[in-house]
Amino acid sequence: MSGSGRIGGEGTSERGRAEEEPLVAGRPPRDLLDGVDDLLDEIDEVLEENAEEFVRGYVQKGGQ
Amino acid sequence: MLTNGARLYVDHAHPEYATPECTNARDLVVWDVAGERIMAAAGRRAEELLPPGHAVHLHKNNTDGKGAAYGTHENYLVARRVPFGLLTRHLLPMFVSRVALTGAGRVGSDAEPAAEFQLSQRADFFEAEVGLETTVRRPLMNTRDEPHADPDRWRRLHVINGDANLCEVATLIKVGALLLVLRAVEASALPEPLALADPLAAFRSVSRDTSLRAPLELVDGRRMTALDIQESYAEACADLVARDGAREGDDLVLRWWTRLIELGRDDPGRLAGTVDWATKLALIEAFRARHGLGPTDDRVRMVDLQYHDVRRDRGLHHRLAAAGRVVRLTTDEEVERAVVEPPADTRAWFRGRCIARFPEAVVAAGWDSVVLDTGGEALVRIPLDEPSRGTRERVGDLLDAAADAMDLVARLGGSPALPGQLA
Repeated sequence: MSGSGRIGGEGTSERGRAEEEPLVAGRPPRDLLDGVDDLLDEIDEVLEENAEEFVRGYVQKGGQ
Repeated sequence: MLTNGARLYVDHAHPEYATPECTNARDLVVWDVAGERIMAAAGRRAEELLPPGHAVHLHKNNTDGKGAAYGTHENYLVARRVPFGLLTRHLLPMFVSRVALTGAGRVGSDAEPAAEFQLSQRADFFEAEVGLETTVRRPLMNTRDEPHADPDRWRRLHVINGDANLCEVATLIKVGALLLVLRAVEASALPEPLALADPLAAFRSVSRDTSLRAPLELVDGRRMTALDIQESYAEACADLVARDGAREGDDLVLRWWTRLIELGRDDPGRLAGTVDWATKLALIEAFRARHGLGPTDDRVRMVDLQYHDVRRDRGLHHRLAAAGRVVRLTTDEEVERAVVEPPADTRAWFRGRCIARFPEAVVAAGWDSVVLDTGGEALVRIPLDEPSRGTRERVGDLLDAAADAMDLVARLGGSPALPGQLA
């Protein structure tokens, strides 16, 4: 398997085309904060209702 | 051990995923993301065992924000002949400066000086330059050296200072740039090491520098930014590849590496979408502006945590990826394949396919051996000392043709004593 072949070359799919562009521009298909209100609505929806309690209870015990 | 050659286990208090052996950085990205999918699936299954209303949250991160840290360890085989001291001198500035591109970002600090936001999740937990420890007095350069391969040929480089990345580009650079640097060290292709005056202080300083412009002091009196240092490595590695030829993944790594250095120099905000800390910081700034929150408010910390949730419908990074707001290097199809299939070009192929084909016969499977119960008097241990053997090319047909574990052993040569002889 050749690196460039696998990465850019399977380019018949939509994904393949999408990969060419960011390599040139160093950017995702869509700017991170494009349509920021919708994005923030999404974040509000995903966050725990009681963020304070969740964050306080988030404690790691042990580990490296 | 899983059919994709990876290991999934409980390390003290959290589940841990160790990718199968990969030969190049892009494969590592694919099997790293496969680990996220495996963890998410494990969480869903665990949830089914809980009473209604309970949920399992798994975060791919490195600190709880309350003084505890847990690592994302990278492991590389390095030629034994490279003196450890030289390796250390070349790598300390690499470890410190790569944070600018590979930090996962975090809210708050656990060391002085206090910070509202940091690039690295790990920087505050390092207290030594070199050492064996991983949980106390953590060293930038860790000396654990079990290569799980021929120790006369290979040293294990056990890197404990890095962050868990969600951005695929960041994982690619974290691993791919270091792979290139290691090859350059082995080939004596790097200039004299840039000696930082105080590597530990520099680690924390880079972690606190969202401008990417803070100068770091060198022993010789020069001052360089993290990106200057990264550039010096990238240039030497590009020269090496131009001279000795590109291996798989090199071109992709070099292109992204130089591109990220350029973007970071121009405006660190432009790293959003490819670098985790910059992506997280942009989200947090927008979130704070909407809700009028302070920099370390619990709801801001919640955004920090939720960025790392491995569930694709709940994790903020995964939501961004689904919306095309961050760059992906992998496809869902290849990641799904990597959840069950090992990389084809390392011994992980033999290990994973053995487990897939003969699950009831595999008594034990480790990095460097598989033990089979073929129904005979004694168990049969198949050594996998050489990571580049046991590949699909070498044993794929043999594994496919074997009717059962006993037949497999017969086809391998029938002897339980096959040290390093596998295919």
